Formats: sequence, structure tokens, C-alpha cells
Amino acid sequence: MSNKEKHWEKTKGLMLITLAIWFFFGYIIFMFGSDINSASFLGYPLAYYMCAQGSIIAFVVLIFWFANKQEKIDEEFGFAEKGDD
Amino acid sequence: MFKGNFIDNLPRIYGTYTGGFLVFIILMAIAEQAGMTAKTIGILFVAFTVCIYALIGYLSRTVQVDAYYVAGRQVPTVFNGMATAADWMSGASFVAMAGGIYFGGYTYMAFLVGWTGGYVLVSSLLAPYLRKFGCYTVPDFIGTRYGGNFARFCAVVVLTLASFTYVTAQINATGTIASRALSIPFELGVWVGLVSILLCSMLGGMRAVTWTQVAQYIVLIIAYLIPVFWISNKSGFGFFPHFMLGEEVARLGELESQFGLVKNAAADIKSAGVPGGLKSIAVSHSGVPEGGMAAWKFISLALCMMVGTASLPHILMRYFTTPSVKAARKSVAWSLFFIALLYTSAPMLATLSKISLMDPNLPTGIIGKPIAEIMQIEWVNAWINVKQAYIADFNGDGMLQLNEWFMRGDVVVLATPEVAGLPYVISGLVAAGGMAAAMSTADGLILAIANALSHDIYYKIIDPKADVRKRLLVARALLIVIGAAGAYIASMRITSILGAVAWAFDFAMSGLFFPLILGVWWKRATRQGAIAGMIAGLASGTAYLIYVYPKFMGNAPWLGIDHLRFGIIGASVCLVVMVVVSLMTEEPDKATQKMVDEVRIPSGKTILGKQH
Repeated sequence: MSNKEKHWEKTKGLMLITLAIWFFFGYIIFMFGSDINSASFLGYPLAYYMCAQGSIIAFVVLIFWFANKQEKIDEEFGFAEKGDD
Repeated sequence: MFKGNFIDNLPRIYGTYTGGFLVFIILMAIAEQAGMTAKTIGILFVAFTVCIYALIGYLSRTVQVDAYYVAGRQVPTVFNGMATAADWMSGASFVAMAGGIYFGGYTYMAFLVGWTGGYVLVSSLLAPYLRKFGCYTVPDFIGTRYGGNFARFCAVVVLTLASFTYVTAQINATGTIASRALSIPFELGVWVGLVSILLCSMLGGMRAVTWTQVAQYIVLIIAYLIPVFWISNKSGFGFFPHFMLGEEVARLGELESQFGLVKNAAADIKSAGVPGGLKSIAVSHSGVPEGGMAAWKFISLALCMMVGTASLPHILMRYFTTPSVKAARKSVAWSLFFIALLYTSAPMLATLSKISLMDPNLPTGIIGKPIAEIMQIEWVNAWINVKQAYIADFNGDGMLQLNEWFMRGDVVVLATPEVAGLPYVISGLVAAGGMAAAMSTADGLILAIANALSHDIYYKIIDPKADVRKRLLVARALLIVIGAAGAYIASMRITSILGAVAWAFDFAMSGLFFPLILGVWWKRATRQGAIAGMIAGLASGTAYLIYVYPKFMGNAPWLGIDHLRFGIIGASVCLVVMVVVSLMTEEPDKATQKMVDEVRIPSGKTILGKQH
């Protein structure tokens, strides 16, 4: 496998992990919304909290994490850009 | 100050700007104490901020193609994040979102999840690759990746349809706010709004829109957060509302069962003379409806908004302006961070507003008190006079029940400061924030449409030999034409028949989502496949919308897929047709496959030249 192909395999892997986490916070939790709402977090019902703040915070953290991981992958295979911020 | 090391000076420039704006707020507060009228304060807030935006727009004027289309590709990540957040959060997000939660509770909050989760798709599937491509517009990518003018043309059609649906609502919002703050008729307000919008974008295109959007973000976030924190502290609900309103949410649940959640019959509402668009609370604030169908409705709405986010050209094009691929990725993260500051505050504002009105133990509470007493309250009278609120004593007991208090959703943001007894200066600030939110989104949308028409239709298809001067002239002329068309439709007050903002997301996902991501992630995708997918997706989505929308054919939705969710049909058809047709046609040539390989790595030159 060429360097480019290996880089793309890893990139795809990271994309799938990212989307799996996204799917969990965007969908799986709310499929069970009525079951988890009796639990509480910071005094809020859990399902209410997740759509008001929890999932949104999870998405922000996820994208920062993804961007850092992808930068590492690009550096590993020598495809990182030079001379930018 | 826009010369030389302007980019290095950005933090200082916008820091000074923010400080200046805070000083302006304090001056207004002092003026209010000194006896300046509420009306004058409102006018000064809106006029002052709009003049600043216009000044930034003028200073950012340009005669360079890449500055006009992609701000010279030098916008730093954090600033691009702020600009995207302003681009994203419309007048509706600012003014109507808290109201939506106020009336819709948990069920409505699917929009919050949907309008944020889409950015995960943008960062992992699209933004870095489109940046590497080096395109000026979204159809530019479709046209180059798949080749041929017809594919480009189809992408322009989808873009125009989706963005135009959205932009009339924004111009409508600027008109409403301008007319209220400046005390002029709505029709005139729409045109004042349009002129303000064009002042920001005409001379400098993307560069001007970028730097005004950053300024608009700062105004809108200050205008949203100050009231939320102030009300929470003043009424003793907690120092940091986001983490401290658990008790209030629980108390709302108690009050709901005490007063009872009654859904009024449509006939009763009509015979009581409730003005159109006003609602009463009939849905639980934090309770989750039982059953599989309710859960499906929640996640299907979130899905449409997320996939739609990742297909909306005015958002995607913001990531063409970063200096590098790496910066594009990081910039998506910053965008969502800045969006989250407002979106996580909206449910808190809705909670504060609701508890202030509903709790009879609070001095601000009105539910459960005698109607004659409530009619004496100044703000109640003011909002009833402009038909934004209404009292209908259905059971004739002279007491205000929960289902007898009607108001428009916008009132939550616009009136809560007043209800909680904050000074008028805050209401003026909120008007300036709403204006900033509506203007910034309208600017982004009008620019997306005008750029697609001027770059993809005029320059790429009609006159490829046109010189820079002529191209930019056409781009600016189109900006005026599209803005005027939007304003004309808004001034006719027919936006309600154009449907919800959600439609823009559904149109975009029906026609663009799969052609965009498969263009990067599937080398086998062919021109014929992409064209067939765009046409079939848009046609089937639109047909289903006509089939299901109450004002058109009004048939029963299939599997709960109503007019807010028609993109599910469109995008699925688009995917199937695109894959089948691609596999039936010859695979793309070597040059195209090599181009896709190049797009997938960040290093090296962009596919399209710096100026093209």
C-alpha cells in the first residue's frame, strides 16, 4: 500500500469513530429519551439536559478532538501543510 | 488600518471595538437615567451599530477577485469561527428560538441538537476537502469534480432554491426589527434593512461580509447573554444560570400539573378572537413524550437539520476563506463553540421567562391571578395593544389560567427583560442584537446566491473571457438584484406561504448532500450519477413537500415525515439514484481520480488556482 493509501485508511478510520460518537450523542440518547429522563444531572432531568447542553458540549469537544487527531495523522504520513498558523 | 499587518492586529481591533460597544451601552444607561426616552434609545442602538457595520463594509472594499470571493483566504480560525456563528445564527435563532422552547419544551429542542450536530459532519466529511479544492463557490466544486456545465448548473439551482427560501425570512426579520426600533412602517423597514445589508457586502464581497460578521457576532452575543445573566441574578435563580436552573425546571413541572396543560380547541381560540400566531403553553417543559413515534419525530427532525447544515452553501463557503486545510478544520470547531454560547443559553432564557410568568409566588407571576389586576400591568398592556399578547377568559372565572394567556414566541426574547424589571437600555440592546443576527445571515445568503450566479453561471458558463472588472461588476449588480427580489417578497408579507426556515435545510440536503460528500469519499461517483442524483433528489423532495404540506395537498404524512422533514425523502432518493447511475456509467477518467487523491491530502497546491 502506498503512503497515500495508508493515510487515507487512517483518515477513514478516524472519520468513522467521529461519526459513531456523533451518532451516540445525536441519536442513541434521544431514542431512549423517555427512559433516561427520570435520571438527573445538575438537578435537570437527563434527557432535557442532554438536548439543552450536554450533546451540544459533546459536539464542540468532539470536533476539537477530531481536528487534533487528523493533524497527527497528516504529520505521521508527511502530508501536513508547511508554514501556516 | 486595513493595510499591512491588519491580520496581526485583529485581536486589538476587535478588542477595542468590543470595549467601545460596552462604553456605548453604559452611556445609553446613563442617558436613560437622565431622562432620555425609550424610543430614542432604541433608535440610537440600531442606528449606531448599523453605521459601524457600514463603515467596516466600506473599509473592506476590494477590486481583487480572490478577496471578493474568499476574503483573500487569510481569515484566522477563531475569527472565521465568529463570522460563521453570525452567518449561522439568524434573526429566527436570536428572536424566536427561546420562544420555540417556551412553547414546545423538549420536543422543540430537537432543533438545538440538529442545528449544532451538523457541524460534526461539516468538519469530518467536507470542510477540509473543499478548502483543499480551492473553490470560490459550492457549485465550483461540483462543476470541477464531476466536470461539465450541466452539473454546475444543477448545483446552482439547488443552492438558489435553498438560500432564497431562507433569505426572505431574514429580510423580513430585519424589516420587523427596523420598523419597531425606528418607528417606521414595516414595508419601509424592509427596504431600510436591505440597504443596511447591502452596505456591508457590496463593495468588498466576502472580505467585507467576513469582517462585518465578526462585529455582528460580538454585538449579538453580548445582547443575548447580558439579559440571561442579569435576570437570573436579579430574580435570585442563580449566579450562573446554565448550571443552576435545575430547581426552576423541576418547579415548572410542579406548576404545570398544578395549573394543568390544556390544549385549547381551535374553535374556542377563534371565537375568543385570539390574534393569529399567538399561542398558549400546552406542552410540558422538560417532560419527554412517551412512545416510539415521539422519539422518531425527535431524531428525524434532528437528522434533517444536521444533514441540511452540512449542505447549506452559505456555511460551507465560510471555510473557503481560511489560510489552510488545517485551519479550516479548527475553524469548524470554533464556529460551533461560538454558536453553542447562544444555543445553550436559549433554554435557560425560556426557563427564566416561563418561571417569571408562571410562579404565583414571584412578584412577576401572572398566571393564577385575577385578570383585572393583570390588566393594570404596564408591559401586559403594551404587548396586548400591539397584538403580541392576548387574554381569553374561557371559563369566565375572572382568573388567568395557563391556557388563557396567549403570546407570540418572539415576545420571550423581546419582553422578558421588561417583565423582570430590567432598565430599557437592555431592550434597546436586544433590538440591536436581533438586527445584527438577521443582517449577518441575510448578508451570507445573498452573497452565496450572487456569487454562484456571477462566478458559476456568468463567468464559467456564459462569458469565460470576462475580465476582472466586468466579473466584479456583474457580481455586485446581482447582489442588488437578489437583495431587492428578497425585500420585495418580504414587503408583500407573503413569507408565511414560503414556509418554514427548516425548508431551506431540506432543499439543500435533498439536492446537495450526497453529490458533495460522495465527490470526496467515493472515487467511482460519476458526472451522470451526480446530475441524476441532484435532479431526482430535488424533484422527489419537492414533490413530497407538495403532497404533504397542509396548504398545498395536505395528505397524511408517511411515517411521521411531515413538511419539516421532507429532506429525508429527497436525500434518500438522491443517494440511491446517484449510486445506481454511477455504477451503470463508465468510471471517471484517470485525471479525475488523481484529482480526488490530491483533495484527500492537506499538503500541496489547491486543485483550482489562486485566481480562477
